[in-house]
Amino acid sequence: MKENAFLLKSSPHFRDKDSVSKIMFTVVISLIPAVVASVYFFRLRAVLIYIACVATCLITEAVFLKVRKKDMSSLWDGSAIITGLLLAMVLPPSLSLELVIIGSVMAIALGKQVFGGLGYNIFNPALVGRAFLQIAFPVAMTTWIPPETLKVNTATFATPLGNLKFLSSITEGSLTPIKDLFWGNVGGCLGETSAIALLVGALFLLSRKVIDWKIPVGIIGALVVFTGIFWLASPENYASPLFHILAGGFLIGAFFMATDMVTSPITSLGSWIYAVGIGFLIGLIRLFGGFPEGVMFSILFMNTFVPLINRYTRPRILGKGRGQ
Amino acid sequence: MRKQTFPRGTHPAEYKNFTKNQKLETLDPPKKVYIPLNQHFGKPADPIVKKGDEVLMGQKIGDSDEMFSAPVHSSVSGKVLFIKEHPHPLGSPVQTIIISNDGKDTPHPDNKGTKDPFSLKPEEIRKRVREAGIVGMGGAAFPTAVKLSPPKGKIIDTVIINGCECEPMLTSDYRVMLEYPDHIIKGAEIIRLATGAEQMIIAVEDNKLDAFNLFKQKMNGFPGKTSLLKTKYPQGAEKNLIYALLNREVPSGGLPFDVGVVVQNVGTVKAIWEAVSSGKPLFERAVTVSGSGIKENKNLLVRIGTPFKDAIDYCGGLKKGTNMLVMGGPMMGLAQWNLETPVIKATSGLVAWAEEELPKENPCISCGRCVDHCPMGLVPTRLMNYSKHELYEDADKWGILDCVECGCCQYICPAKIPLVHWIRLAKNVVTSMKRKKKS
Repeated sequence: MKENAFLLKSSPHFRDKDSVSKIMFTVVISLIPAVVASVYFFRLRAVLIYIACVATCLITEAVFLKVRKKDMSSLWDGSAIITGLLLAMVLPPSLSLELVIIGSVMAIALGKQVFGGLGYNIFNPALVGRAFLQIAFPVAMTTWIPPETLKVNTATFATPLGNLKFLSSITEGSLTPIKDLFWGNVGGCLGETSAIALLVGALFLLSRKVIDWKIPVGIIGALVVFTGIFWLASPENYASPLFHILAGGFLIGAFFMATDMVTSPITSLGSWIYAVGIGFLIGLIRLFGGFPEGVMFSILFMNTFVPLINRYTRPRILGKGRGQ
Repeated sequence: MRKQTFPRGTHPAEYKNFTKNQKLETLDPPKKVYIPLNQHFGKPADPIVKKGDEVLMGQKIGDSDEMFSAPVHSSVSGKVLFIKEHPHPLGSPVQTIIISNDGKDTPHPDNKGTKDPFSLKPEEIRKRVREAGIVGMGGAAFPTAVKLSPPKGKIIDTVIINGCECEPMLTSDYRVMLEYPDHIIKGAEIIRLATGAEQMIIAVEDNKLDAFNLFKQKMNGFPGKTSLLKTKYPQGAEKNLIYALLNREVPSGGLPFDVGVVVQNVGTVKAIWEAVSSGKPLFERAVTVSGSGIKENKNLLVRIGTPFKDAIDYCGGLKKGTNMLVMGGPMMGLAQWNLETPVIKATSGLVAWAEEELPKENPCISCGRCVDHCPMGLVPTRLMNYSKHELYEDADKWGILDCVECGCCQYICPAKIPLVHWIRLAKNVVTSMKRKKKS
């Protein structure tokens, strides 16, 4: 009975159509507005850095897959492309291409493959690459150039948060205008400057339910509360919560980095704890730490706690622990 | 009106339109019927006829002294050809009574009804239900007489009639509700009398609004109410249904008895009414034959013991390239391999389609969707890992035995991990570990 060769497998026999690579490429699409904005602001530098990052990440991933004798098709699952794009977006536009390449190799090698590849890493790979560069090449990682659209003195140029850190007190006009932060006409890492472009991508991800809304909401809420208290108490010394949301790497961190599925908690309560932790730490570092920016370290720090958070925030089983 | 539901769960594609408007058609009984002695949860029945015996339609041909068991009946009149092992929907072959049909459908004279079923005593009802071989027809095949006998000290206050039919593709319960509403309402009253419950609720999902309205309209005079539930899988799972309707939680490892509830599927309720009022044993049931692999999708009334082949051939046969045949629905149903396998009391549907290449499995990316959708509040990905690494004690601590195998986690998993498969594996080990510890 050849025509009746039936497949035998266990239930359920239906599957949702979503897949890992669909999720990954949705994230890639969501990054397009911010990539376009960064090319507009930083021109050729941006194009070169994106190409170097994505190509190096793919090559590094391929080498590891080959050496570990893994299925090569997972090279194109989209995860290495995301790591490349995200790393490029959090690098200073003036960074030399050698350093860009070193950072990309580290992101994939140290951030992902040493743990066993996709799904097994503890830390966000792009941020591992950035953290490596930050520690190994601190000067290059804090040298900023203004966007092509901004005509200022290059020698003394600073990012909005760097500027804020070294202000003795905030007066009318001493802070970067909110309008410039919103559109992205300011100094900073490649892809973090334009708030509007990041928000468009974030809304797309939220509408596709690819990212957990609780994470950005928790991070923003905690940051607003933390910076808001100080701002209300002494507005001449502290910037407003809105400034903190729009400046630096906050939006890209809250919507695209902290929400990385692999390195964020799987339970609802866990997501809230993780998010509030990140938001609080960002506020703490920005206001009182040695660095002007704190997004990277805050996310990496909270990544460490994810396994623990998952363990202690298990949902209540139906029929257990309600008087039973 | 507020529609009730349970937390989490999922919305698989329904495909109910395939057969929703197909009235129940009576499938002519086949030349030979194959009656397995095990069609229920519990001990298999022992044959009480032998090779060569003449049997009548509705005659009891297998029975057991055990409480957790149910008798089986001949679905035709004719002669016992063999009693031997035959393919069974559950996988391994089972002792089966094979009867050749004389085509006369001569009913057994002992199967008599009652004039006034509502005046029967609870013990009388339970006895009739037991004698009629009735088991849960939603798919679990739990002996119904056991369900109607609450253990000492447990008081039943609510009877729930489960008309949710949350499995995709199946519409057999829906057709039974539309075509036999009076049988269901009267059967529900019989169950209420047998259990001594005050309250009776007929629960229907809101994708079957016409069935709901029909019950509403026909209920007058009977103590009970109808409840409309949100369409969500697995709304018809006992524990979730009880939570949705009554906000009561069946304790982990417990039964609906423990919270004063008895849940019965609508098909079972119809069978109970027929058994009590006219003495008809369970030898026929509604079966949905559907899916893109079946030429003409239909709802059939099929004699128990009819080979799948006869039911499928009546529906035009299988389309070319069909390589999946499932008994039950696509979420919890069992894959089948042999068309000679007979329809049993738990066969709510036969669904078939052409399965494309099996999806490539990816590593878990911790998206958390399995946790967000598990109706029992479990962490499927963690249970899967415990199972893979044979950490059975941890699996037990994380509630693996509370899994009802509804399949929401595996359905939603973007990495295409066979979560339920791993969980089932560990469940078996944990169960036998516990049994060993006890003894």
